[in-house]
Amino acid sequence: MPIEVNGKSLEVDEEGYLANLNDWEPAVAEVMAKEEGLDLSDDHWEIINFLREYYEEYQIAPAVRVLTKAVGKKLGKEKGNSKYLYELFPYGPGKQACKYAGLPKPTGCV
Amino acid sequence: MAKKFMYMNTKAPYGSIYALESLEVVLIGAAFEQDVSLAFIDDGVYQLTKGQSTDGIGMKNFSPTYSALGDYDVNKIYVEKESLEERGLSLDDLQHLTWEDEDEDWAEKDSIRLVSRAELADVIDDQDVVLSF
Repeated sequence: MPIEVNGKSLEVDEEGYLANLNDWEPAVAEVMAKEEGLDLSDDHWEIINFLREYYEEYQIAPAVRVLTKAVGKKLGKEKGNSKYLYELFPYGPGKQACKYAGLPKPTGCV
Repeated sequence: MAKKFMYMNTKAPYGSIYALESLEVVLIGAAFEQDVSLAFIDDGVYQLTKGQSTDGIGMKNFSPTYSALGDYDVNKIYVEKESLEERGLSLDDLQHLTWEDEDEDWAEKDSIRLVSRAELADVIDDQDVVLSF
């Protein structure tokens, strides 16, 4: 079922990931988060933006283990751990944050 | 116990689905913490070339993803010297792939190992599983 963002109807797959990467805008993340009962803070956005940059550079959505390590390197050890990331994204930082970022489901996520 | 998995890449990056499928299997397989290595032989060496553009063929250029292999702890990438030479290529024509060694304060190290056909045969001989794409 498509999602409604700023009056536009955007196509998503059966798991809720955006069908078309180029449809993404920040409001997409807001709408998806609201549906899952989450208010996006600056901390959430830091990870979402990190993922978008990662995708831009490597053309993949990283597996959660890789994301954790990369966040630790870029944003510091206190953020590069499962506890911190799962507190922000309780449905799994890989899956949930990638979805909000408009990326496909992480490669290596089975 | 971790098994030694080698993914053998033998085909040019576009025109068939083999290269992309192999890369995806490698990334998925990396989650299982096996001892993974990649080999590039024959036209497979073209997969690692720099400056790829897919503008004219309507396919995604997935070559930047090879740079992420280090993040996935895939850091043994064997490139066969003869295959490169037969195609008029050298190491300079390939992407510079690196990984960071956590045990040495994230020191950056080269992932690509240039090996001769005979050396590669020995490496293959040492594997538990070899998957050819």
